[in-house]
Amino acid sequence: MDMKVAKKKLGLKEKYRLMTRDLGWEPTYRAKDEVFPYVNYEGIKVHDWDKWEDPFRLTMDSYWKYQAEKERKFYAIIDAHAQNNGHLNITDARYLSALKIFLQAISPGEYAAHKGFARVGREFPGVGTQVACQMQAIDEIRHAQTQIHALSNYNKYYDGFHAFADARDRIWYTSVARSFFDDAMSAGPFEFMIAIGFSFEYVLTNLLFVPFMSGAAYNGDMATVTFGFSAQSDEARHMTLGLECIKFMLEQDPDNLPIVQGWLDKWFWRGFRVLGLVSTMMDYMLPKRVMSWREAWEIYGVENGGALFKDLARYGIRPPKGWDDAEKAIDHMSHQFMLGLYQWSFGTSFHSWIPSDEDMDWLSAKYPTTFDKYYRPRWDHIRKLAAAGTPFKNFGLAKLCQTCQLPVVFTEPDDATMSCHRETEYKGEKYHFCSDGCQHIFDNEPEKYVQAWLPMPSLFQELNGDIGAWMNWVGLRDGEDNGDFVGSRDQRNFDQWRGMATSNL
Amino acid sequence: MTVTAIKEYVGVPRDRVENFNGKQLVYVSWDHHLLFAAPFLLCLPPQTSFRELVEGPLSALVQPDPDAAAIDWTKVEWLKSNQPWTPDFDRSLVDNGIGHKDQIRMRTPGLASLSAAA
Ligand SMILES: [Fe+2]
Ligand SMILES: [Fe+2]
Repeated sequence: MDMKVAKKKLGLKEKYRLMTRDLGWEPTYRAKDEVFPYVNYEGIKVHDWDKWEDPFRLTMDSYWKYQAEKERKFYAIIDAHAQNNGHLNITDARYLSALKIFLQAISPGEYAAHKGFARVGREFPGVGTQVACQMQAIDEIRHAQTQIHALSNYNKYYDGFHAFADARDRIWYTSVARSFFDDAMSAGPFEFMIAIGFSFEYVLTNLLFVPFMSGAAYNGDMATVTFGFSAQSDEARHMTLGLECIKFMLEQDPDNLPIVQGWLDKWFWRGFRVLGLVSTMMDYMLPKRVMSWREAWEIYGVENGGALFKDLARYGIRPPKGWDDAEKAIDHMSHQFMLGLYQWSFGTSFHSWIPSDEDMDWLSAKYPTTFDKYYRPRWDHIRKLAAAGTPFKNFGLAKLCQTCQLPVVFTEPDDATMSCHRETEYKGEKYHFCSDGCQHIFDNEPEKYVQAWLPMPSLFQELNGDIGAWMNWVGLRDGEDNGDFVGSRDQRNFDQWRGMATSNL
Repeated sequence: MTVTAIKEYVGVPRDRVENFNGKQLVYVSWDHHLLFAAPFLLCLPPQTSFRELVEGPLSALVQPDPDAAAIDWTKVEWLKSNQPWTPDFDRSLVDNGIGHKDQIRMRTPGLASLSAAA
């Protein structure tokens, strides 16, 4: 039957109401608790879901239109990058290590975030929240896909890219990011929102993506710059969702404050540990550096983070518990971590190298109180060992932190000459930690973290310590993907191909 | 509550000693010798004598440090779970009370080649 359409076009507000809020059906033949069984057990009290604000008022139909347009642009540039030998335009093949770590540790996190938002979108009863989570779930899977596609071109030419999914699941240095997301995904919907929506997207994302994307731009990596831009417009929405969620919880009931504060403490520290990877990339892996990790922390941690927590103080929120320990670690963490990555480089699907004199002078200038005092002597000695034909390899493997799963490379907050030893006993088993922050997280929920699958102990449990079998299992090709950059196939190929592209030899 | 969950929840530890094929883990580190980025993870039969641990894997692992040759093993100060402790070199790990996942630390006062210039 023909119907006269009264209005050709809906107003934005009306459209949003019809296509979003109007979808919030009241269940009639099932109790609401049965439909949303996971919304109460974390202890967060919500009195009125309609108070959830959605400042973007984006409806699904416009969302598809925007995203499709971005995809078209993205793939046009990625194609051009491949056709124009983009893999030869990077400053130096050393830059690839940063990309490999990103693909192995961070891109799978985008996929994990997708799964998490798809789940919590179903678990939250409020319709505004559901729609926002649904969009973010789709954004995140798009981020994972565009990153994998963008970097797949490098996989045609260089080592260390081919087995990123196995590396994510099985290798050791990725488990800091993997366990971060596993922890969030096995938490309730509200904690997930704090972990990813707030801590990761709002507090930490600038420290991860901004340095990484500017690093890419500085080093001629147009593929990465492109996926960075394509994701950037989503980030504004994600950050708003994260901030909105935390304000919503705090405004709904005063009893929510201590729970939210506990999550902030936890997820700040977990995120800070993931940033350890970023700090090594900024200080050691970029042939052309953007800024030091310390400088990035000043801008995005101290200034931006400080302003945020000042803003949240009116709800009773204080800065995360680990904030001071983090500040004390800033001038040490990249050096401590990089020394580890170098000495265990037989087990990394990327290359590392001994910093040159020029690198070390830059590090002294950026870290005047710590680099020459603590770290230069170690690198000098490592260089001596390499020159003597006995390059330093630490086959001792490492004690790992039960919570963040990193090797415990960090020192006491107030004594950089002393390893941080923290241990506890729970139900007759010993557990070790890298820091007070990680131990607190364990102590709050030991039944969760006793189950941690720790890569290095597992090598002895499952493979009897057979390193060759372990390399096969994690997809690492010995002599190709791992070890020192100097003498690697990546170095050789890049120099040769670039030579062919830029000269007549 | 030991975990936030919708009902009673008991976790199963992944790295119990029975999963290590008759061996156990021991962590060993050398205070103020941070050329080694983290404590060493050793996986040994519990019947290994402390002397075998020291003269075997531990001596080999510490070699790259410039102080390694100067270690007088009879004078090393030991800690277990961060408490001063004296091992019996000729007795086994078990008889020395070194349990699965125990952390042992060694101290060598006076040796600090790569340590910070104070
Ligand atoms: Fe994302
Ligand atoms: Fe940790």
